Amino acid sequence: MVSVRPVSVTPGSLTYSDIPWIIEHREDRCTLCGHCTSVCPKNSIYLAHRRQRMPKLDIANKNRGNEYRTFTGIRQKTTMANACIGCGMCSMVCPNEAIGPVPNTNEHRSLFFHNQKGEPRKRGGRRNAPGPTLLDRILFDRISMLTDPALDAGRHEFNVTTTLGRVLAPEEFLKRTVSGGWIPPTREIFPFVIGSMSFGALSPNMWLGLLQGVAYCNEILGIPVVMCTGEGGCPPWVLRSKYLKYLVLQIASGYFGWDEIIRAIPEMQCDPAAIEIKYGQGAKPGDGGLLMWFKVSKMIARLRGVPEGVDLPSPPVHQTLYSIEESVMKMIQTLSMAFNHKVPVYPKISASTSSKSVLNNLVRNPYAGGLVIDGIDGGTGAAYNVSMDATGHPIASNVRECYLDLVAQGKQNEIPIFAAGGIGKNGNVAQNGMALIMLGASGVHIGKYVMQAAAGCLGSEKNRCNVCNVGICPKGITSQNPKLYRRLDPDLVAERVADIILSIQTEAKKIMAPLGRSQSLPIGMSDALGINDKDAADRLQIKYVC
Amino acid sequence: MCRLALKTANEPFSPYTVLTAMEAMKEGYDGSGLGILLRGMEFEDFKYNPKFPILSGIAHSEKAWHRLDDFMESRGYDLKYDHKFAMRRDLIESKDRFRYFVRAYRMPDHFSDSTQEAKDEELMLTRLALRKDGEEHGDDLTVYSFWPDVTVIKEVGWPLQVGDILSLHDGQIKSRVCMAQGRQNTNYGINLYACHPFFLQGIATMTNGENTAFVPIRDWLLGKDFPGYMGYQSDSEVFAHILHYTLKKLNLPLQAYKHIITPLSTKELAAHPQGEFLMGLRSVCRRLIIDGPNTVIGTLPDETCLLVMDQKKMRPATVGGRPGEWAIASEMCGVDAMIPDRDPSLDFQPMREHTIIVPPDRKELTIWSQYDPYPLPQAA
Repeated sequence: MVSVRPVSVTPGSLTYSDIPWIIEHREDRCTLCGHCTSVCPKNSIYLAHRRQRMPKLDIANKNRGNEYRTFTGIRQKTTMANACIGCGMCSMVCPNEAIGPVPNTNEHRSLFFHNQKGEPRKRGGRRNAPGPTLLDRILFDRISMLTDPALDAGRHEFNVTTTLGRVLAPEEFLKRTVSGGWIPPTREIFPFVIGSMSFGALSPNMWLGLLQGVAYCNEILGIPVVMCTGEGGCPPWVLRSKYLKYLVLQIASGYFGWDEIIRAIPEMQCDPAAIEIKYGQGAKPGDGGLLMWFKVSKMIARLRGVPEGVDLPSPPVHQTLYSIEESVMKMIQTLSMAFNHKVPVYPKISASTSSKSVLNNLVRNPYAGGLVIDGIDGGTGAAYNVSMDATGHPIASNVRECYLDLVAQGKQNEIPIFAAGGIGKNGNVAQNGMALIMLGASGVHIGKYVMQAAAGCLGSEKNRCNVCNVGICPKGITSQNPKLYRRLDPDLVAERVADIILSIQTEAKKIMAPLGRSQSLPIGMSDALGINDKDAADRLQIKYVC
Repeated sequence: MCRLALKTANEPFSPYTVLTAMEAMKEGYDGSGLGILLRGMEFEDFKYNPKFPILSGIAHSEKAWHRLDDFMESRGYDLKYDHKFAMRRDLIESKDRFRYFVRAYRMPDHFSDSTQEAKDEELMLTRLALRKDGEEHGDDLTVYSFWPDVTVIKEVGWPLQVGDILSLHDGQIKSRVCMAQGRQNTNYGINLYACHPFFLQGIATMTNGENTAFVPIRDWLLGKDFPGYMGYQSDSEVFAHILHYTLKKLNLPLQAYKHIITPLSTKELAAHPQGEFLMGLRSVCRRLIIDGPNTVIGTLPDETCLLVMDQKKMRPATVGGRPGEWAIASEMCGVDAMIPDRDPSLDFQPMREHTIIVPPDRKELTIWSQYDPYPLPQAA
């Protein structure tokens, strides 16, 4: 008898054990309610009717025969387009704990099939490099408690703010005070800035929830948190509201959203916190922003001044870029002028071996208000996997090098460096941020951490979910589909933002108190740092401890 | 924790007075060293002209002593007076103390037409050159100060014992201002230079406590490329240099010092008459904000004395006395020892916002608060 082949096997055929996540379904618990199949963002699972042969032997009567049982079960699709991403929404909605993805510990073959139709893998999230980061391993080891009265993080007064904006040398400040000269604008802000995630990359509910949380922190809790818009502008009503002062407006190479911003300038009630000029991003250095067509909804199209449903790739560089000197100088000066020289303007670059040359250029530019350096562990809404995983520079040594360069010039108070990229990657957000501050950063930007902590983003560095680019975010964080983003309650996001910021503030005090610091943020206090890795200690010029 | 004592009086007095205050406060420190600074000098055997810079320090060997002589001569300094301490060598713990010196010089003739800045710089550079020379020769020469009317002595050991070694009670050497600190710096390694008071171009401070913001402040001062901003064997040395920077580089009044090292909060500055300026000052001098518990006591070239507290008032300090004679000490018993016959009910213990200034006329104390309007001669 010729065997029947019920399934065709081709070079691209995969089976469920080739997929990074395997769905485990317990038929004995399943009520066949269908919630899991309807919530699955990838349509990875489906209800299927199966038939099972039950051999039947009646020995006494010498009868051989079969009986057939039919049952309904949940099955996993094995095509790349529908491969399970491990988001776990199925288990979250299951009333009976009958289903859930488990990581596939095999060397799954799907890795070789991420290039369907000649298009390499694109995704959201951040570099897939799980495990403790270098920042996680830094210890604060200069404890003052025995030599001096300890500070009490709960009762003493702490100053946990930093300065954003160009700071003059004291001599120059006094000279200009006497002569009535221009004193560059500065802002006293909380050193943990909610980093640039655009209205477009984020859903309206997420973005407005963040803004609501930021406003609450400022107005009720008295913590001067600011957040950066990312490229894509912001809703016109926000531009004309008093909340604008909590926002850093980003301009990037696509200039998306800036028509609205420029038009709103005469009607602005207050100045924005700052202007960020994005030249680079840690997650995808040398690549521009990317909003894929899935997410260019009617509203986003209107806000950005583009047609609906088209890919919006920002160029890798600004159109005016001829040389870094010219571009940086002109753009900074132009934007400073647009806001009457009352708003700090600073560039954001991806961490690289050339960061120092950008920094040195800024030192000589009197309008530059700081520098954000974004490391390789930074997150993004959409990028090629190869950019995310393999392109860029880790943040710690880059920031340290830049800071020490400023120290050598005696300019470390003049150009604040903000660090970004992987802060809080493993949840240790305050520890990571304070370590960077003691290495020389004036503050840090956190983006992915905020998505994870404030909105329950499911993404992880084990390549879980990470589908922010295609607008199917199962939590409604990065989707422009109202059916999806309605799942996210902005009020609850705002509440979580307040939780996060309050607890970061407390942890920052808990770190500062034993070091005997309370008067000012311990920027560059590298004598407080130790690491149990000799090479890293040498590179960062901190203590090796073991 | 170290103990601090300062006395300032119209009539020159023996430094031993201040050492008795150190002794009175002996329960509070380990007696590992003494640093003492005298200002407004009077010598029993020499009519001192206060224009002559005085070089003070220790030559640890005869060789170093000769090198010092040669160096000063070649640089054009004319030795006018060489004070000889009546030494009790049997009490000295260290064996390499060839000569404690206090020598008054006349500046080279070609400086007679120079500006004050040029003279000040020359004195500092001479001191630093000698210090470097000592460091290059196995630390055989230690130079603490080279400045008119100022003598500095630093030594390891119990303060009173150090006084006995140098027979400071014999009335041979007196001053109108004397400040002393007991205890070697133990946070960053024992070193003669690490002992307070710290001195730079006539400005001196001493501190009890720990400056936890030391490293960022040091890094910033080093970046100023001013030759005097060096050393930093102690975390407290930056207090003297910040005061120097405030007065000599920024030309700000003394009150600015407190606003620089412990600025008011944004909320407090918002209600301050010069809040906007002070907020700007705080931001440009952010790297000079000190931290940790500290009492800072200092003196200036015109014999002004000052006392400021850390922002949380985590260290004690008392000032007391009467017109013509004032004492500042980290403990009340120290003030008692220096001016026992004052009215102690008029003693004052400054709080976190205060700067105590004893002006050169010593008639009355100024208790200046950070909340007071800030004097703005330059930036009004």
